[in-house]
Amino acid sequence: MPMRRIIALFLPTWPIERLRRFGLDATPLVTATHDGRRRVIAAVDPAAAALGLHAGMALAQAQARVPGLTIHDATPGADADALHRLAAWCLRYAPLTAADPTDGIWIDITGSAHLQGGETAVLRDLRHHLPLRVAVADTPGAAYAVARYGADDLTVVPAGATQTALAGLPLEALRLPPETIRGLRLLGFDTIGRLAATPRAPLVRRFGPLLATRLDQAFGSVFEPIVPVVPPDLPRARLAFAEPLLTAESFSAVIVRLAATLCAELEKAGRGARRLDLLFERVDGSVQALRIGTARATRDIRHLARMLDERLERVDPGLGVEAMTLVAPLSDPLAYAQAPLTETGAPAPDIAPLVDRLTNRLGPGRVYRIAPVESDVPERSARRVPALAPPVRTAWPADLPRPVRLLDPPQPVEAMALLPDHPPVAFTWRRVRHRVRRADGPERIAGEWWKRDGELRSVRDYFRVEDEDGHRYWLFRRGDGDDPVTGDMRWFLHGFF
Amino acid sequence: MPNRPANAVLRTLRERIARIERSGAADRPSRTIPPGIPAIDQALPGGGLATGALHEVAGAGSDTEHAAAATLFIAGLLARLPGTVLWVVAQTDLFAPGLAGAGLPPDRVVFAEAGKDVLPAMEEGLHHPGLAAVVGEISGRLTLVASRRLQLAAEQTGMLAVALRRSRRFDDPALREPTAAVTRWRVTALPSPPALPHAPATPGLGRARWRLELLRCRGGETGSWIVEACDEAGCLGEDVVADVWRRSA
Repeated sequence: MPMRRIIALFLPTWPIERLRRFGLDATPLVTATHDGRRRVIAAVDPAAAALGLHAGMALAQAQARVPGLTIHDATPGADADALHRLAAWCLRYAPLTAADPTDGIWIDITGSAHLQGGETAVLRDLRHHLPLRVAVADTPGAAYAVARYGADDLTVVPAGATQTALAGLPLEALRLPPETIRGLRLLGFDTIGRLAATPRAPLVRRFGPLLATRLDQAFGSVFEPIVPVVPPDLPRARLAFAEPLLTAESFSAVIVRLAATLCAELEKAGRGARRLDLLFERVDGSVQALRIGTARATRDIRHLARMLDERLERVDPGLGVEAMTLVAPLSDPLAYAQAPLTETGAPAPDIAPLVDRLTNRLGPGRVYRIAPVESDVPERSARRVPALAPPVRTAWPADLPRPVRLLDPPQPVEAMALLPDHPPVAFTWRRVRHRVRRADGPERIAGEWWKRDGELRSVRDYFRVEDEDGHRYWLFRRGDGDDPVTGDMRWFLHGFF
Repeated sequence: MPNRPANAVLRTLRERIARIERSGAADRPSRTIPPGIPAIDQALPGGGLATGALHEVAGAGSDTEHAAAATLFIAGLLARLPGTVLWVVAQTDLFAPGLAGAGLPPDRVVFAEAGKDVLPAMEEGLHHPGLAAVVGEISGRLTLVASRRLQLAAEQTGMLAVALRRSRRFDDPALREPTAAVTRWRVTALPSPPALPHAPATPGLGRARWRLELLRCRGGETGSWIVEACDEAGCLGEDVVADVWRRSA
């Protein structure tokens, strides 16, 4: 069974949320529906819930209790449509999302979390956009259960820890019909853990096979497929095969053809792909997906095909793949580039494809350039900028020599020096004593009081020293040697020349 | 007069042999970057470090772990080669202002933090023809197989590949194992002379001194030279250049 990671979202107040997005700001707000006999409340917002209203309460009673109540008619059809649109919006996180009516969404984030900085970052981003409870686990059933009935609003169930995570949750988390749950309660079961620990056969005889299926789905013994939502207006290319494909070479060949078709479509629209999803439809009905991202919009077929090939080993073809789809969920405008008629010198080589490949291999934030920062404090004088950012063209001051290796944090050394501004005569680092033959300094660097209050009076006196073997070190003393406010006069090794 | 046609013939023959050795991988003229000191340039085939090949540099003594002098030597070489450089690091202790001080400005360097994947990242960079050079900081062993892969990748695109070897142990035998690198250098720091030669007691630091040892050179001679460290333009200085020993490779 391939290792999946599924995110489940639970939006308890989804009808209210949808109305809020339409601009309905009134509070307290409830939606009302007709249950055949009288009008009842369908959904409440947090303010109404705080006043004691709940779903199922008679509308007349609610209006009597809360005079200024705003009532809106419940529209389950519009809610469901909006939920599907929300699931399509969630495609920014992963290639496969599905709506779970009436108030949930599943996102299959297997293998796509690296592009967003990890699972926790994705969950936090989701909660930033909407008020919801969210959980990620190995199976859709487990994620559903933890999202709705778990202790926290944001839970990450580590891979393989499904058993412990589900053990204490109530039976409602298993998506069983209410009479089954009533019957199980009568028999004395109250948590999923106790249910899973008892022999299955008598329970199935009594309550039907759904009980066993739901338990297996939650714990991962049975595969529960997610039917992905398909937004119709994204550029896509699809190929179905007469015979199911199994080998990596065949996948690579199909990738090239799909990429060619997709890039032609992007070219007609004047756009370049920034994100590509490759979906594999297997014979058993499940869908697996790969996702790649690029730093710059591109229509280069070879570059895209190569990046998809590199991720092919994550896909498990199972018994065969019967169709493949390539979608571009994110694309930027990309104008045509005019090729020069004559070769008047080589153009500046483009390193964007290399940056893409290294980022996809090493992770986001690992490929960068350095730009100078106007700061005296050495560890703050260089900052990372994106590798494809335009050149900065500023430089560090040329007359201040800086070491080529910097220790972070600076390591304490024992040193002896004549105060206040003589370099040390010797220092001991890692139990090795170095005698200083030559030195230069001090270079006084004052703290940046506008950054941190503690640096208001502190200074560092830096010395470049050369020991008897000729190795050069960058030492500093905290404090100017006179005033104890400026520092505690301890010595540190900061770098090597 | 009679020497000139003979020299021309020898030159064409050498180029043909070099092309056969490269097995026609790249039909571009291979450049060389001269270290700048005539004695060293003469010892190297082609007058300098060949592009389209893998070179190894390491520090010595207590500098084996941080390889500061070796890093400055590489920065000085790359300062005189136009184009973007990919520097693949395993840990984040490289300080860009130090590289700028040796002539390699920050706009020209793209850093990649590869952790354990330094060699694959280097290969990825070597396959991309838009760069000028790829430097990789390799801790510990560099096997013959891995270095051969890097050498082949460098030959294909004609780029300069440099392996900066680091190790926590002073006398790590892994640094002496054979690799497929075309040249192997060792940069050791030496005590420097006083900053002002006429007033030796004045405090201050002049240019550093290095012992530059060419431990292995394919098609050239090994040697050991004492040079001054690179200045802001990346050029080595020639003050006391002593051939400590010479031996044909």
